[in-house]
Amino acid sequence: MGRVGIIGVGQSAFVRGYPGSIRELAYEGFREAVEDAKVSPKDIDASIICSAPEYDKQRSPAGVIAEYLGLVPQPTFYLESVCSSSSMGLRVAYSMIKSGLHDIVCVLGFQKMSEISSAESQERMGRGADIQWESPFGTMMPAYYAMYARAHMAKYGTTEEDLALIRIKAATYGQLNEKAVYRKPVTMEQIFDPERPPVATPLKVFDCCANADGSSCIIVASEEKAKSLCEKPVWILGLGAASEAVNMAGRDLFTGLSVAREAARQAYEMAGAGPGDIDVAEVHDCFTVAEMMAYEDLGFAEPGEGKALIRDKETYREGKIPVNVDGGLLSKGHPIGATGGSQIRTVVLQLRGEAGPMQVKDPEIGLVHNIGGVGLYGNVTILGRS
Amino acid sequence: MADKRREVDDRFSKFGTVSFTSISRVNDFIDYLEQGKVMGSRCKNCGTVHFPPRADCAECLSSDIEWFELTGTGELVSFSKLMYAPVGFEEDLPYSIAILDYGDYKIFGRISKDIPDKELEIGMAMKTEPIILPNGQLSYVFTKA
Repeated sequence: MGRVGIIGVGQSAFVRGYPGSIRELAYEGFREAVEDAKVSPKDIDASIICSAPEYDKQRSPAGVIAEYLGLVPQPTFYLESVCSSSSMGLRVAYSMIKSGLHDIVCVLGFQKMSEISSAESQERMGRGADIQWESPFGTMMPAYYAMYARAHMAKYGTTEEDLALIRIKAATYGQLNEKAVYRKPVTMEQIFDPERPPVATPLKVFDCCANADGSSCIIVASEEKAKSLCEKPVWILGLGAASEAVNMAGRDLFTGLSVAREAARQAYEMAGAGPGDIDVAEVHDCFTVAEMMAYEDLGFAEPGEGKALIRDKETYREGKIPVNVDGGLLSKGHPIGATGGSQIRTVVLQLRGEAGPMQVKDPEIGLVHNIGGVGLYGNVTILGRS
Repeated sequence: MADKRREVDDRFSKFGTVSFTSISRVNDFIDYLEQGKVMGSRCKNCGTVHFPPRADCAECLSSDIEWFELTGTGELVSFSKLMYAPVGFEEDLPYSIAILDYGDYKIFGRISKDIPDKELEIGMAMKTEPIILPNGQLSYVFTKA
């Protein structure tokens, strides 16, 4: 059985309130991907539609979206692992092609978070936790990550300034990304503005990514199809996926995410590569501390040493391991179901040398780290030029 | 004939500021809270202890469980003070959520507002106490050991 390659990538602009319906939003990412792959909808054997259903008013969006994209009567279905839905979609697309069932599969991620109000959205996000034993205490995503941040600070001496440096880096590259929702620079003074109370101590407003509307699309093909259709296919070298107890009481690690460590171990093993082989990475920086933990969970730094990477600017474009040089979730925004596909797109463009002002120097191997919930699901994907 | 409405055992709707669950096979947890006890579960077949309590054991697949009371102290693993809250919790602000480690199990909950922020430190000993919330709901809170 041959390899599996990515032959097309696309992404809508990530925006605060998309002026259209979910099918129209999905179309934006899809059109860019089919144009990139130079295929027509008829060439696509199946579609996987990825999003988090609690934001959708449409029940079972897969059929509605597939029809709008011209992907009917081919099989389509809906896939969810909250924020890592579209990375999980890539994993399933890989197995559908690897099994010989299909030759070309489309992974379409979308989220129109503005379908509901911000207050409703916070409440629904809180229900991504354990609704029986945690949500009755009034939980929110930032507060969970804040507990990880405090534990990391207490154990390793990481500071709020270290986390701020991650936000400043994100803003540096967000300014270069025309599809990002937040394109302004961010300064230390803004981050530590005493007029802005923390969201959940020790995390402040600038430690958190913003909700957004957006779509992404990845077109995946068998080796034979990829070679015949695409000049620069990017190959899926490693896939890792893991899960963890939803309730914090069921966990043992609070200074890193066990799902990221396990998914990374699997992906490195499958790819026959290690952290030192990675030339460019996209990590799930839904909060600044999430990027800090990702440095360590992925092996770019030893546990507790992530702060040295950002202090020394080693995760900038010219550094030892460039991370989130497209602005990350912190600048791009985080339309749940579309996020993983956007990260994959960035790494594919980097490996093809088509990342424009964000391009790192001649990368061979790239990595995508995409987390669902508060370390509930973890996907690590390793992609390569050859 | 019995009133049909009484056949629904929705005791769990009394748990926390806002409960999102009303029916659970560990509804007795609520009765114990009313009696002033915070209880975990222990599998009678293999002895595995669980907090939060479970009706079924994932270790040995037995559903024969017994209750045990959380006693003694746990160690503060981490905490965060929320300045914003989800819908339904605004009146509680600000409040701190936390995790305590009791060794054989951990527990997630809130820290008592009686404790000043500057006295909170990871690793400190705390205990878990049942409380009745201002809206009449039942919960538990972490206090100084």
